Amino acid sequence: MRVEFANWVEQFGRREPRLIFLTGDLGFGALEQVRAALGPRFVNVGVSEQNMISVAAALAHEGLRPLCYSIAPFTVFRPLEQIRLDVALHRHPVKIVGNGGGYGYGIMGASHHAIEDLAVLSCMPGMACIVPLCGSDVTAACEAAFTYPGPAYIRLGFGIWPDSIGGLPPFEPQRRLVTASAPPKLTIVGLGPVLLPTLLPASMAETVDVFAIGQLPFQNVTPELIESINASGRLLVIEEHVARGGLGEHLAAALSRQNLRFELHHRCAQGYPHSRYGSQRWHLEQSQLDAEALRADIATLKQ
Amino acid sequence: MNGLPATRNLAEARIRCARQLLRMYKRANAGHIGTSLSCLEILVELCFGRMQRDDHLILSKGHAAAALYTVLSLSGRLPECDLNTFYQDNTLLAAHPPCGSGLRAIPFGTGSLGHGLGLAAGLAFSQRFTGRDFHVYAVLSDGDCNEGSTWEAALFAAHHRLDRLTVIIDANGLQGFGRTDEVQGLEPLVEKWRAFGFSVAEASNGNDFHSLTEAHAAVADGPKPRCIVARTTKGHGVSYMENRLEWHYLPMSDAQYEQAIVENSAAQESSNEPCA
Repeated sequence: MRVEFANWVEQFGRREPRLIFLTGDLGFGALEQVRAALGPRFVNVGVSEQNMISVAAALAHEGLRPLCYSIAPFTVFRPLEQIRLDVALHRHPVKIVGNGGGYGYGIMGASHHAIEDLAVLSCMPGMACIVPLCGSDVTAACEAAFTYPGPAYIRLGFGIWPDSIGGLPPFEPQRRLVTASAPPKLTIVGLGPVLLPTLLPASMAETVDVFAIGQLPFQNVTPELIESINASGRLLVIEEHVARGGLGEHLAAALSRQNLRFELHHRCAQGYPHSRYGSQRWHLEQSQLDAEALRADIATLKQ
Repeated sequence: MNGLPATRNLAEARIRCARQLLRMYKRANAGHIGTSLSCLEILVELCFGRMQRDDHLILSKGHAAAALYTVLSLSGRLPECDLNTFYQDNTLLAAHPPCGSGLRAIPFGTGSLGHGLGLAAGLAFSQRFTGRDFHVYAVLSDGDCNEGSTWEAALFAAHHRLDRLTVIIDANGLQGFGRTDEVQGLEPLVEKWRAFGFSVAEASNGNDFHSLTEAHAAVADGPKPRCIVARTTKGHGVSYMENRLEWHYLPMSDAQYEQAIVENSAAQESSNEPCA
């Protein structure tokens, strides 16, 4: 998604002179074109994420439109207090972009993973967490973040996922991706690129509805999602994030306000249960979030 | 003093502010009195003299909020707020400067140390893009200088040669649970800030307006961000509080309050004596 992101920033920067791009010394091999296009509005603040967020808050206070970039864990966890105090509580429209959400950086290890990022940011006052599904979502996701009047976090996927999947409906905070051709026996709701493998086998579409959530937090879900769950009676939630504070809990809270009866199945990141590390694919396998495990799950649940 | 008010006027303003903040702390039965008195002259010198209308002041040592509120209010910079609401329910004037208040004079909430310099540096940096013209003053504590984020911001300010930024360190030598030189030695502080790329001056008595004014003058020109290391006394002006760690926390008894007021009034009489 970095390529699409870089292309979008370059174009957006040309039409929005108030855009100030801050990076925590990352972007090699991806952001050189952005640096060239933005000139002095491209600011490498060095490896100082706390200061990057504070500076961005001050720039926003002065009417500028700052965007802070680093890999996802570095933009979220180190400067979390700056995000809370300097940005969120002031409702400053600072946009934070984290590359490689989830286990995206694989064997780089836990320091480079972000599997708790949505939990800590989605409860910040006024913060919108925006999660594109694939590369073709990135432009609309970035536009949504900059249209949103408050602070926003964009979680970019990185790693084993395909850049784009053809034929997807445009990015929305909540959207239907697949409509069952027969009455649904299973409703799948997912967040980010980990959902993509559920879209691949055409045979699955017969009795499975698939929805993508692109923004946390939310108060309500769409009527068509409620209708699907009501019809299927079985919900599978998929996310490359720990259970606490992720999509599953957000969804459960929203659905608890509906008069629905359904089974809830949740596939999510399991963290590091044995303190062993590996590729993104390996971590997904450990969490039963890999394509094979998900398809097996779906095959069972749609019976 | 280049248009700045005479020292006597500043001294009088300081006494009025001290009386007001002592009253506020007594009514609130609250602590942080020593830290407010420590930086009071620094804030008075800025708000009653040095600062122009569009300048910004960031109190990074947010626990001295009462001093900030008092000085801003009595200098006419905080018309929206009633100091009588300090520490009360439903107030904007909490024990630390409020986040998201919308108050022009308090653009950012503080209270957790290490935030102020990054915010101040960002404000100064913004002028590169907006073309606005103002100066930014950031008042830091010893404890602020323990925080890594402060030094991140110092590197940033120096790298970008933010010459519209002045950092004032309220170096009173005491912090939360001990003397600074025992907790986490900061010295040589002047040399540290100079090594980080600041134009630095030391106010040998940071509770004295002459000393502060001279320090500001010494760093007034040049392309670098500025830093004044103000050697201050925690609890300055109240004999039983001076250099006492506990006055970071304690509220005043009735008798202690009366004594503080008396000592402050005596300071007023002293300031009214003819200059030598």
